[in-house]
Amino acid sequence: MTGVMLKDIRKAYGAVEVIHGIDLEIRHGEFVVFVGPSGCGKSTLLRMIAGLEDISGGTMTIGGEVVNQVPPSKRGIAMVFQSYALYPHMSVYENMAFGMRIARRPKAEIDARVREAGEILQLTPFLDRLPKALSGGQRQRVAIGRAICRNPKVFLFDEPLSNLDAALRVATRIEIAKLAETMPETTMIYVTHDQIEAMTLADRIVVLSGGTIEQVGAPLELYERPANLFVARFIGSPAMNILPATIEETGATTTVTLAGGKAVTLDLASDAARKGEAASFGVRPEDLRPAEGEDFLFEGKVSIVETLGEVTLVYIEGLTADDEPIIVKLAGTRSYERGKTARFTAEPKALHLFDADGQTLRR
Amino acid sequence: MGHLVYALVTVVIGLAGAAIYFYASNLLLDRALPYRDAEGARASRNLRRANAIRPWLFMLPAIVILSVYLVYPVLESIWLSFHGKAGIDFVGLSNYHWMLVDPEFRESIVNNLLWLLIVPALSTFFGLVIAALADRIWWGNIAKSLIFMPMAISFVGASVIWKFIYDFRPAGSEQIGLLNAVVVFFGGNPHAWITIPFWNSVFLMVILVWIQTGFAMVILSAALRSIPDETIEAAVIDGANGLQIFFKIMVPQIWGTIAVVWTTITILVLKVFDIVLAMTNGQWDTQVLANLMFEWMFRGGGDFGRGAVIALVIMVLVVPIMIWNIHNARQELR
Amino acid sequence: MFSSLRQSPLLFLTHLSVLVLVIVWTIPTAGLLISSLRQPDQIATSGWWTALSASEQNNTFTTPPADTASQAEDGFALSGNVFGKDGSGSVSAFGSSFMKPRAFDAGETAKLRSGGTLTVAQNGDYRMTFDKKPEGGRGERIFYTSVEPPAFTLRNYQEVLRAEGIGQSFINSLTVAIPSTAIPILIAAYAAYALAWMRFPGRLLLVAVVVGLLVVPLQMSLIPLLRLYNGIGGFFGVPAQTYVGVWLAHTAFGLPLAIYLLRNYIAGLPREIMESARVDGASDFDIFRKIILPLSFPALASFAIFQFLWTWNDLLVALVFLGTGNDKLVLTARLVNLLGSRGNNWEILTASAFITIIVPLIVFFALQRFLVRGLLAGSVKGG
Repeated sequence: MTGVMLKDIRKAYGAVEVIHGIDLEIRHGEFVVFVGPSGCGKSTLLRMIAGLEDISGGTMTIGGEVVNQVPPSKRGIAMVFQSYALYPHMSVYENMAFGMRIARRPKAEIDARVREAGEILQLTPFLDRLPKALSGGQRQRVAIGRAICRNPKVFLFDEPLSNLDAALRVATRIEIAKLAETMPETTMIYVTHDQIEAMTLADRIVVLSGGTIEQVGAPLELYERPANLFVARFIGSPAMNILPATIEETGATTTVTLAGGKAVTLDLASDAARKGEAASFGVRPEDLRPAEGEDFLFEGKVSIVETLGEVTLVYIEGLTADDEPIIVKLAGTRSYERGKTARFTAEPKALHLFDADGQTLRR
Repeated sequence: MGHLVYALVTVVIGLAGAAIYFYASNLLLDRALPYRDAEGARASRNLRRANAIRPWLFMLPAIVILSVYLVYPVLESIWLSFHGKAGIDFVGLSNYHWMLVDPEFRESIVNNLLWLLIVPALSTFFGLVIAALADRIWWGNIAKSLIFMPMAISFVGASVIWKFIYDFRPAGSEQIGLLNAVVVFFGGNPHAWITIPFWNSVFLMVILVWIQTGFAMVILSAALRSIPDETIEAAVIDGANGLQIFFKIMVPQIWGTIAVVWTTITILVLKVFDIVLAMTNGQWDTQVLANLMFEWMFRGGGDFGRGAVIALVIMVLVVPIMIWNIHNARQELR
Repeated sequence: MFSSLRQSPLLFLTHLSVLVLVIVWTIPTAGLLISSLRQPDQIATSGWWTALSASEQNNTFTTPPADTASQAEDGFALSGNVFGKDGSGSVSAFGSSFMKPRAFDAGETAKLRSGGTLTVAQNGDYRMTFDKKPEGGRGERIFYTSVEPPAFTLRNYQEVLRAEGIGQSFINSLTVAIPSTAIPILIAAYAAYALAWMRFPGRLLLVAVVVGLLVVPLQMSLIPLLRLYNGIGGFFGVPAQTYVGVWLAHTAFGLPLAIYLLRNYIAGLPREIMESARVDGASDFDIFRKIILPLSFPALASFAIFQFLWTWNDLLVALVFLGTGNDKLVLTARLVNLLGSRGNNWEILTASAFITIIVPLIVFFALQRFLVRGLLAGSVKGG
């Protein structure tokens, strides 16, 4: 079993700690994606798993063996780098064979492995070419092929798609998903800042921020039940609308007053002690719909309308203190006039409430 | 021919020796502190130690050579400067005292300062002008290549080239030196240029300017080309003319590079030796520090104390530039 | 970037100024080259810039002994060509007396005082007639003015290579320059890799030291090293001034630039390539040999060219550490010697100087690209 266990993992550069005690268990054969804004420590964490960064504190095990001091090549990992990191002076074949040559594997084995990887990734016609004679997508495949050749127990990806153009990114994403399916015994850890990659590839997503884990969970779980304000805003596009609110009534349901004075009742239970506390009220743009009559959540002036064809984004201003607009995402093309007042509402089940510390009030 | 073969054999032995040193020392380190086949804590401890030692293995030959040939001599020179001719008797400050009162030393310092003022200024100026102009014409690269060419010529070779230009024949006979021929053509009298004090130094400086302009030009040309086109286009839209664009938009953006060129040539000027030795050997008031130092190394059987004092003066003049360079390099590293 | 200025009327002026500068910068070398190919007496009597046009020269030709004149219809005659059997040239005027060497134009017939006639045609054919059989074994002198086409010769080169020791010095220079260029490269490359990519305490300090050493004047090192070499030579009973000594000195003086240039270049290589190799199981030594060295080729080439030019053109280090023995002089030192001993023999000096600079010039024009790149990367160094 080749799961990866992180116990209170820390990383410090001098006096500055950038990873603050990460606990995480990645199961054998699982596909885990690290997401987070830039600077959140996701790449550092991956590089610590790879052995490219020293571990300042905590214990890391791969397949049950403590690897804190084990060099990268002995951890049974392979890594696909963001820039691919192909050796520019070696042919595709030599790039893929390099690791095995260093390990002094027999020639026949090297040849068989390289050709097999070439076959899987449709690189056979290019084996004699230098990286500079390849397209971006082909280089990407060579990088993956080089990792496959190492026959790793843990496969690490560091933002592997960010250097590709949009169309190729989608195609390669699907290829990686297929590859993962053909290697069910291999644990995959994938770092990205792109939530679509995270949502589509992951068995579980780890959301990181400021060197700590915000939430770990299956993609839909994160979307539907974010653990806190950060995850709620990070997953989903456009981000969840957040409004300051005050808790008025507690009990089996909770009633809050929004900044504008509007009272809203949510379908979630709350502690009586919370009465009178400040809170944040959240609703996703795609959960909002036009309101009929007096039964509305928001009422405000339409400031901008973006018609994208498949959806229409309506911006409503003047409801939040910091002038951030409320965004409404409606399916299809709708016509709204700028400057006119519009009303929107949402299902009570789709409403979120966060306490003063940003933690979700659970249903 | 024999020692050329000897040289080639040395190259092979030297390179092989270096390769063997690096290979063997690394192998030895891996043997002494194995981690590939060792297990667990011992492997990781060995790896850590090996990684702490390996950089020093890589740098050892360089550190040894640099210490013996550059660091030790600085200290030794300071020590020698307090000692007599053969570097044995302690003589206190008398070498320094000699230096302060020696007219030849004073002449050298004055000349060196003149060189410092004129050569970097002229080389940088011509280099900048050519860099700016040559980029605008289709044969600019050929022009730059030709002006860059003297960089490849040794100072001694350049001295012969220019000695021929300054050559003097008595008035009335046909001049074979280009300078005198031109002077005579315009009705002047020919002169033995390199014997006229003050101006002869300038004629020697011309040689170094001739050599160094190419260097300045190459660096400044690259700097000019790295200026964002947009700033120039913006200035054109703002109605600036060519000269205004050059002096108000382009030159201010490459001040850093100009400073680097200037200081680099300054260091070179401080060390100028070959030209003076070949052209005048310090006669007719053209003496400079480096040549004076060379003379004292051998004059009268050699006076190491005085030679060392002069070397220290050159060193002291370089120190501010050294500090500035280190400062810049450290900022880049950050 | 100057597209907007392209139409400027100043463009003509730009062409002109660059042309003038290029001419000023090229003429000194051109003069040297042309002079070195001229006849020694021509170098000494006329400017090299006259060498490209035809020149008039006054010459004297002495005929074969007069008594060899043969019988002809109008008496006795001597005939031949003033330029000799294979020579060629163009006679513009001639005369029979020293006082009036240009008395007659080519083709005219001159009356001789002795009673005969003399004709010299433009192509140099002459015919001298005598009324009676001339006596005496002396030849008659013919004075003529010829227009000589530009004449060039390689004689000066043959002369200096053979007699002036330039050939020997050429070999000496190669002997000094080749090891001095090759040896520092590997040493510097390892140090540069360590300084660029390995983590150890004191790394930044060492980089600063290297930057500082870049500008240490080598004058500083001469006396202490000379003493050191003398000491070592005396202790082991070997000569103090050897090629090994020069090679090591040049290696040391080139090392700071080499380390600095290579470190900058190697530090600029993508980090991920080295990390990838590390994941692939490569040690530092493997990474250096298999990744860094092949990828650093352009920087290595730049440095090699620099170091070669510098060691080939060096005078000071060779003078101090190799000495002034006649068989040990490198080209630059030989040239300085010639300047002293043959200061007015411009045919010797120009040919020697050109041999001195030809190798660097070839290197320069063939590898200018690398040279420029190196300059741009290492412009802190004082040259």
